[in-house]
Amino acid sequence: MPRISVTVDGIRYDEEVEPRLLLVHFLRDRLGKTGTPIGCDTSNCGACTVLLDGRSAKSCSVLAVQADGCDIVTIEGLAAGESWHPMQKAFHEEHALQCGYCTPGMIMAAIDLLHDDPDPSEEDIREGLEGNLCRCTGYCTIVRAVRRAAREMSQEQEGAAAS
Amino acid sequence: MTEQLDAGVVARQIKESDLLGGPGGGNEVGRARRRKEDARLVTGRTQWTDNIQLPGLLHVAFLRSPMAHARITRVDTSVARTQPGVVAVFSGADFAAEQGSLPCAWPVSEDIVIPDHPPMAVTEVRYAGEAVACVVATDRYKAADALDAIEIDYEPLDAVTDMTAALEDDSPKVHESGNKAFTWTFAQGDIDAAFRDAPVRVDRTYVQQRLIPSAMEPRAVVAQTDGDSFTLHSATQIPHILRVMLALTTGIPEHKLRVIAPDVGGGFGSKLQVTAEEVLCLLITRRLGKPVKWTESRSEGNLTVHHGRDQLQRISVAADADGRVRGVKVDLLADMGAYLMLVTPGVPLLGAFMYSGIYKMDAYDFTCTGVFTTKMPTDAYRGAGRPEATFAIERIMDELAAELGMDPIELRRRNWIGHTEFPYTTICGLTYDSGNYEAATDRALALFGYDKLRAEQADRRERDDPVQLGIGVSTYTEMCGLAPSRVLGSLSYGAGGWEHASVRVLPTGKVEVVTGTSPHGQGHETAWSQIVADALGVPFEDVAVIHGDTSSSHKGMDTYGSRSLVVGGVAVVQACEKVKEKAKQVAAHLMEASPDDVEFSRGEFRVRGTGTSRTIQEVALATFAAHDLPDGFEPRLDADATFDPDNFSFPHGTHLCAVEVDTETGATRIRSYVAVDDVGNVVNPLIVEGQVHGGIAQGIAQALFEEAVHDADGNLLTTTMADYLLPSAADLPAYTTDRTETPATTNPLGVKGVGEAGTIASTPAVVNAIVDALRPYGVRDVPMPCTPERVWRALGPARTTKSTDGGLS
Repeated sequence: MPRISVTVDGIRYDEEVEPRLLLVHFLRDRLGKTGTPIGCDTSNCGACTVLLDGRSAKSCSVLAVQADGCDIVTIEGLAAGESWHPMQKAFHEEHALQCGYCTPGMIMAAIDLLHDDPDPSEEDIREGLEGNLCRCTGYCTIVRAVRRAAREMSQEQEGAAAS
Repeated sequence: MTEQLDAGVVARQIKESDLLGGPGGGNEVGRARRRKEDARLVTGRTQWTDNIQLPGLLHVAFLRSPMAHARITRVDTSVARTQPGVVAVFSGADFAAEQGSLPCAWPVSEDIVIPDHPPMAVTEVRYAGEAVACVVATDRYKAADALDAIEIDYEPLDAVTDMTAALEDDSPKVHESGNKAFTWTFAQGDIDAAFRDAPVRVDRTYVQQRLIPSAMEPRAVVAQTDGDSFTLHSATQIPHILRVMLALTTGIPEHKLRVIAPDVGGGFGSKLQVTAEEVLCLLITRRLGKPVKWTESRSEGNLTVHHGRDQLQRISVAADADGRVRGVKVDLLADMGAYLMLVTPGVPLLGAFMYSGIYKMDAYDFTCTGVFTTKMPTDAYRGAGRPEATFAIERIMDELAAELGMDPIELRRRNWIGHTEFPYTTICGLTYDSGNYEAATDRALALFGYDKLRAEQADRRERDDPVQLGIGVSTYTEMCGLAPSRVLGSLSYGAGGWEHASVRVLPTGKVEVVTGTSPHGQGHETAWSQIVADALGVPFEDVAVIHGDTSSSHKGMDTYGSRSLVVGGVAVVQACEKVKEKAKQVAAHLMEASPDDVEFSRGEFRVRGTGTSRTIQEVALATFAAHDLPDGFEPRLDADATFDPDNFSFPHGTHLCAVEVDTETGATRIRSYVAVDDVGNVVNPLIVEGQVHGGIAQGIAQALFEEAVHDADGNLLTTTMADYLLPSAADLPAYTTDRTETPATTNPLGVKGVGEAGTIASTPAVVNAIVDALRPYGVRDVPMPCTPERVWRALGPARTTKSTDGGLS
C-alpha cells in the first residue's frame, strides 16, 4: 500500500493508504477529522472543502495519495486556540448557518475566495461560492458574512501593517 | 444589478431595536441573539451520526433495485459472502419473518388501502432504489465492493408512472388491490349554487412537480446493542416518534430502545420518516450482536429519501363580475408513490383546508384521490400540502384578476378577511385567530415600489421590449403549529400534537431545559434559552437546552410542521410558570412572608412594599439544601408541562416578486423580491429572518429549478446533484424582508409558526410574475420548474398568434 505523509491542522501523519481512498474518508475515518462532512458524491455540494496547500479543494474529489506531501487545513484547524478565524466569527455574527452541515466547506471556500479577491462585491461572492450548496439559509446571510469577514480581515491587515 | 441587490442587503439588516428587549417584557424575547449552536458548528466540533466510531463497528451497504417494477426470481449471495472483510450478506428473505411493515400513521379514510411495505423487498420491487439485499463488512469500501458480487434475477413488470393513466381500468397494477389508495372529500356551502350562473368562472390545471428534499446531511444510522437493549443514532427529525414506531415495527420493547438524534444537518420533512434503513440496521445489529453503521451516498438518497409534492390539481373558481369569489372547487390527484409511508396520505389533507387561502367565499368543494405509482413514496416536504394549495389558489386569483381585467392586489382586497373580522371561521372550517392582511400588503407594496414597477412594465409592453417585466403577487396564509390532538384525531392521524418540556433549576441557579422538540438547524437551544431567561429572570448564558435523546428527553413529538415554538416553546413557558410558583413558596418561607405578598420580577422574589428579597438562585440553593423549607414542600424546583394547543397557528404575509423574462431565450431573472411576513410576536428576529430566507429559496427553487424526473420505465434520471438542480448562491437573488406583528391569540407567547411560511408563499409569487410578464403574448401558464426552455415553449405559439394580429413579433 502506498505510504503518504501529510500535515493536517499542524500535525504530521505518515500513513499507509489504499490508492483509491478519498482524502475526505482519510480525514474523517482514519484521522477522526470529522469536522469536515460529506454532502454528495458528485463534487457538487462543496461541504467537504478543505484548504490544500492554501487553496480550497473538495476533499471528496482528491485521493489521499494525491495529497502526499501537502499541508491541509480543515475547519478544525482554523481557529487559533479559542480565537476564531474572522470568517468563523462573521458566519456566527451574520447568522450565516442554520443546520451547519455546509458551513465547514462554505467557510473554507469563502476564505479562498478572499485570498483571490480581498474585497469582493455581492455578485463576486455569489459567483465565487457557486460550488458550495446550502439548503437552509437562502445564501443572503452567507453573502453578508463574507463581506463582514472581508472588512475585518482588511482592517486586521491594515492594523498589522501600521504596527 | 449589484446596486439593487445591495439595497436589498441593507434593507434586510437587523435593526438596532432588535438588539433590545421585546414584547415579553424581559430582556431576551424579541432580541436578535446570536446562536449558541454556532460555536460547535463553525469549528467542526459537530456530532453528525456518520462521525460515530465504535469498537468493532461494521458498515452496511444496500443493494438497490435497478428496476421500478419487477418480480425477484432468484437471489444468490454466496459469492458476496466470500469477499474480503464481509461479515454477512442478507437479502429480503433473511428478514421476512421479522422485518414487519414500515408504518403509515395516517390512514385518512376508512377504505384506504395500506399495502404491506417490507423494509427489504422479498418477492417484488415497486420502485427503483428499493433495498433488495445488503452487505455488512469491516469498512465502507469493502461493503460497497461486495455488492457487485450479489446476483439477483428480476422478471420485469410494467412500470406505472402517470397518475391519470394509473386510474384507467387497463393500467398495470402497482399492488394487487389496484392503484387507488383512497379518495377523501370535503365540502362546505352550496357549491352548485356558487357556480350556477356565475358571471365569471376560471378553470385551471396545475402540476406540482415531484421534488427531492435534499437536506445537506445525507441520512445516516448507527445501531448497537448490549444484547438486551438497543441504541439507535439516526439523522432524524423525530427521535421520539421513531422510538415508538420502531418498537411497534421490530418488536423491540419501547423501554429497551433508545433513539438519539445527534446534530442533524437539515430535514425539511425528509427526516420525518421511519425508514427501511433504520429498521434494517436494528435487525442487523440484533442478528450480529455488533454495532453497525450505514451512511447513504447522495445518489442513493435522491432515489430513496422520500420525495415531496407530486400532485395534479384541477381547480375552478366562480366569481361575481365585481370580483367577489363565490366558490372554489378542487379535484386533486396525489402521487403516493409505491407505498404509504409515515404521513404520505395525510400530506394532501394538510392542504385541503388551505385552498380558500385568506379569502371569504360561499362554498368550497374538495376531492383528493391518492394514487399508487412505481416511484419512491412521497411524504412531507417543507410545507407539506400547504405549498401546493397556496400555489393553486394564489395562481388562480391572478388568473381571475386577468379575466376581470383587474389589478391582482385589488382583487385580493375585495375578497380577503378584513383585520376587524378576526377571529374568522373560513369556508374550510378553520378559525383564523388573528391577522392583518391589509397591513402586510401595504408594507410590501411600499417596499416593492409596486406602482413604479407597474409603470415600467407598461412601458416595456408599449415598446415591445424583448425583455418583459412581470409582477407576481402571493398573499398567503397557512395552518401550522401541528397540532391540536383532537383535530388530528378527527382527521384519523395516529398520534397527538402536544409537546413536552421540563425545566430544572440546579443548585447553583443554572437551568436545564429538556424539550421534546428536535431541532436540526432551527436554533431551539438559543430561542428556548431566551424564553427561559425572561420567564425565570436568569442570564441567557445560564440556560442549557437538552434535546434529541429519548433517554434524556423522554417525551416529545419532535420538530416539523412549524410546530416547535408555537407548541414546544409554549410548553417551556408553562413549565417555567410552575417553577416560579414553587420557588415563590420557598422564597416566601425564607422571607417569613405570605406567598400572596410576594411578587416576582426579573429573577427576584420581593415582599411587596418592603426591601426584603431573594434571588431565584438563592431560592434554588436553599431548595437544594432543603434545611428550611415550608412544611411538606417537595425539595425541588423542577417542573414539566405538556401543552396541547387549541388551534393551529396561522402566519400570513404578502410576497411580491418582479421578474425579467427574455422573450427570445426564455431566460428569467428575479429582479426584486419583497416578503412581508406576519408571524406574530418574535422571539429571535435573526432566526426568523433566516427561516424566511431559506423558505423563500426553497420555494423559488420549485418555481424555477427543481424537478425529480423519471423516464417511461420509472427510472429516476435526477439521481445526483449534477442532475437535480439545487440553486447555488449565484442562482438566487437577495430578498427584502420585513414583518408586521399581529400577535397570535391562541398561545401566551403570541407567536406563530415560521418554518414553512417562505416556501409556501414564494412559489406562486415567482410563477405569477413569469405569467404576468408573458400575459400580453396570450400565455396563461408555464409549468414548473419554469426553465428557459419551458418559458420559451410556452411563449412560442402565443408569439406567432400575436404577430399575425399585427402585435408583438
